[in-house]
Amino acid sequence: MAKGTQGGFWQRLMAIDRRVIFLAVGIAVSAPFFLPISPKIHITPEVESLYNALKELPAGSKVLFPFDYDPPSAPELQPMAVAAITYCLENDLKMVIMGLWPQGPQQANLALASVIEGEVGDVITYNGKTFKYGIDWVNLGFQEGREFVIQRMGSSFAAAFPRDYRGTPVDELDLMRGVTNFNNVDFVFSLSSGYPGTIEWVQLAGDRFHARIGAGNTAVQAPMVYPYYRAGQLTGILGGMKGAAEFEVLVGVKGGFGTRAMLSQTFSHAIIIFFIIVGNIAFFVGGRPSRLKGTEEV
Amino acid sequence: MKREIPLIITGVVGIVFIVQFFIPHEPFSSLSDIFSDWFSIIEACAIWLGALNLIKLSLDKLGKPMLLVTSAIVVVALIVGIVGAPDEFLAGRFPLILFAVAFLLMALGQYSRSKMKPDWFFALTTIASFVIMLIAGLAFSGGRTFQEPGTHYDYLYRSVYTPLSSTMFAMLAFFVASASYRAFRARNREAAMLLVAAFFVMAGRVPLAEFLGTLTPDAFSGAWATTGGFLSGAADWVMNFPNAAGQRAIMIGIALGIVSTSLRIILGIERSHIGGE
Amino acid sequence: MPTPTIISARRPTSHPRVFTAVIATLALIVAFGARNVAAQEPAEVTDTTAIVEAALTPPAPPANILADDAPNDAGGAIIVRWDKSPDEGAGLDNVGAYQLLRGRSPNGPFDTVGTMTAGMTEFNDGDVEDGIDYYYVVEVIALPSPDHPNVEPPVSISRPSQPARSSAQWIHMGRLNSLLAVVILASSILYFISKAKGGEKLFIRKIAGLEAVDEAVGRATEMGRKIFFIPGIQDMNNVQTIAGVTILGRVAKMAATYDAKLDVPVPRSLVMVAARETVKQAYLDAGRPDAYDEDMVHYLTDDQFGYAAGVDGMFVRQKPATIFYMGAFFAESLILAETGNSIGAIQIAGTAMPAQLPFFVAACDYTLIGEELFAASAYLSREPKQLGSLKGQDVGKFFILLFAIGGILLATFGVYNISHWFLVR
Repeated sequence: MAKGTQGGFWQRLMAIDRRVIFLAVGIAVSAPFFLPISPKIHITPEVESLYNALKELPAGSKVLFPFDYDPPSAPELQPMAVAAITYCLENDLKMVIMGLWPQGPQQANLALASVIEGEVGDVITYNGKTFKYGIDWVNLGFQEGREFVIQRMGSSFAAAFPRDYRGTPVDELDLMRGVTNFNNVDFVFSLSSGYPGTIEWVQLAGDRFHARIGAGNTAVQAPMVYPYYRAGQLTGILGGMKGAAEFEVLVGVKGGFGTRAMLSQTFSHAIIIFFIIVGNIAFFVGGRPSRLKGTEEV
Repeated sequence: MKREIPLIITGVVGIVFIVQFFIPHEPFSSLSDIFSDWFSIIEACAIWLGALNLIKLSLDKLGKPMLLVTSAIVVVALIVGIVGAPDEFLAGRFPLILFAVAFLLMALGQYSRSKMKPDWFFALTTIASFVIMLIAGLAFSGGRTFQEPGTHYDYLYRSVYTPLSSTMFAMLAFFVASASYRAFRARNREAAMLLVAAFFVMAGRVPLAEFLGTLTPDAFSGAWATTGGFLSGAADWVMNFPNAAGQRAIMIGIALGIVSTSLRIILGIERSHIGGE
Repeated sequence: MPTPTIISARRPTSHPRVFTAVIATLALIVAFGARNVAAQEPAEVTDTTAIVEAALTPPAPPANILADDAPNDAGGAIIVRWDKSPDEGAGLDNVGAYQLLRGRSPNGPFDTVGTMTAGMTEFNDGDVEDGIDYYYVVEVIALPSPDHPNVEPPVSISRPSQPARSSAQWIHMGRLNSLLAVVILASSILYFISKAKGGEKLFIRKIAGLEAVDEAVGRATEMGRKIFFIPGIQDMNNVQTIAGVTILGRVAKMAATYDAKLDVPVPRSLVMVAARETVKQAYLDAGRPDAYDEDMVHYLTDDQFGYAAGVDGMFVRQKPATIFYMGAFFAESLILAETGNSIGAIQIAGTAMPAQLPFFVAACDYTLIGEELFAASAYLSREPKQLGSLKGQDVGKFFILLFAIGGILLATFGVYNISHWFLVR
């Protein structure tokens, strides 16, 4: 790749050292955490649609939570998980947690720990109410096999997950009695950052086994998932940090990380836009370099 | 026969998977489940191949004296782990004993070849991290329930692995900025369209206009709110229409490419991946 | 309460009017007091009964229980459908859940098969044996009464369904459209393969990224620096990884011919094994078996960002001249590509992950987009059989374009009743 050319101010502006850009982005991302400003969050239709789908579920409904992400994606997806778990605990929805990614069930425990009062144990407390493991929620753990696991769950959850993450046989868990396959769960809330993830859940659980699915995805994966929302195969999408912030507002999570981080994201987008504008001004004013033969750069 | 057997296996399994999609009757549906299970088992067992290769290459870079010292420390640590491990067969002692034997054999095998290389420190860190995590997870985290909150494994996961992974992912923010600065130049018509679309999506996916409204007098807040709504709507339109259409077109092309490549592999026309022509 | 007339302790007068007045006053006091007591505590006995009666009233049972063999499966499943209870969303509006029970006789005994929340009217019972008649009944369980949590919610039960028997089907009727598409596509691919084998020259457009492979390998040889080949982050069951490893074979052959050093860090053990075979064969074909070292292809880690960190470290320390990214990538794509860009390497990328294409386009010199990755092997080898498959692929694309245009026209004129022909169940 050709390096920046020497000479004139505009030429130098077209080839700013990347460390300057890194420094500017670093300041833009971290400064907002010290500013007492709350950004106004505008709710998009796809997030509202997902929230409405959850609102339709009566108390006692079972929500399957596939946690298909790992720590790197946690800044975007963990706020969604926290808000979703908060909603379930407040509205007495039963949670069946599982993961097609090895770290997924642990991320679920972390999310649960940040919502409840005290530690995650057999009995947890939230807002003065107690919830019991095995009755109000279960964590089936991780299962190797990617989309084949979903396929197997279509006929039998117990075949795919004979034991929960503690090693307890699932037929000894009250919540899992009567949960044979996707007919017995009322909603699938897929939290995913890649493969296997939302697309596999849509293609198998949704299309083949007719499960109702809502999705929370990273900003990078969301564009790939939008076609499924437009086709009606997803009830809604939470896309990236903004989707997390919007969902926090709808659920009523105060001071959620998604909302707090929106200002940080706003500043970083603004800095990137600024540099792009500067680069283009330098490009047009400073004279375009000659195009290399045979190359077509976009 | 070295090439023919993999080709036959590939052909048979490929055809079974295609047929079971259209013929649900037994034995096709259970055959595809069986083959999937076999692949999962092979994949899980193959992890050791890679792990041992990694350890072997790391030992290669240490040089003889450091290899001896490292091996001694690792063996002692493994013995401590074996002694302290729970009795559960597959979650405690047995894998540690297996690994200890494999490690000793590798260290002996690599001793004569080992030469200190410039990146010896990274190799040492690799071996140390591997052994610490292995012992913490298998020996001192309660066996099968090693992922439960409060175990040593969980502590290492939350305190070491999670911050490291998150840091690597966070670097994307910086790299996106530098890549965007370099790439989004209106060199031609298509690049200019890309630039405009990128501007709307970046500005519309965050409450930028609303934030700018807080910096200006209140009289302008309505205008900023309208601008913010417009940008957000524009971003949604770009994501839901041109982006979705483009994604679908690329996905259709990819699907056709996958069908064609899969057919070549199943029929044995494509053999490079198994060492053929 | 009015101050009662004091009844003195002396002997009451025997005067009848006074006596009557006293009795009347006492009666008034008792009646007034009783009325006050009644105002404070409602008529408990009567109202409690009514409430308990309401809590004990079960919802009306659902009607029209229909049980049928689940279509297009391997047997062992029956689909049960029913009309919702008249008391769901109307009437008593007290439906809490439905419970499905199954038995082998219309008179029972019945076993519970599944429980569903109100609103559900269908259940797929996947736990039956083929060839046996089953009868189903649906129980409706009322909502628990919040005022009487100790009262068991009442239940009503429907009439049993007609007998249903599961069986396996040989043909999945919902996928005939897919079968037709696969037959057309496969036939066109095989047709063009046979045409190519017969000697016909097939035109393939230039792909800039693949034309540059020679130049990239040559650059590494001249500079005396390494070629790095990253075959993606997925395992051998992913077609993109197979495509990547196939391209690795071609690149390895060129590297062997030009005597360039090759380094292939991989994130999966099976990929390591397959890539080693490929590279070894490539070196053999180039007549350079002596130059092959199995440690050229080595495993790093399965972890996505651990792999990215390890590879980035290698890039920065070893400063390769050329980097190939060929396979399936996720978020690490930009981390790798930007690091490669920062060290001045020439980078050629190819992936079928739409989300990662923009990052590679921004950071790499050449990018193979989507199907170009799968065409690369055929393009580089120029083998007639492989080129023929590319032509066959184009026939498939032609049909898809035709249907897309047709669908747009039909949708524009509001004709939607043939879109279900394209649905794959």
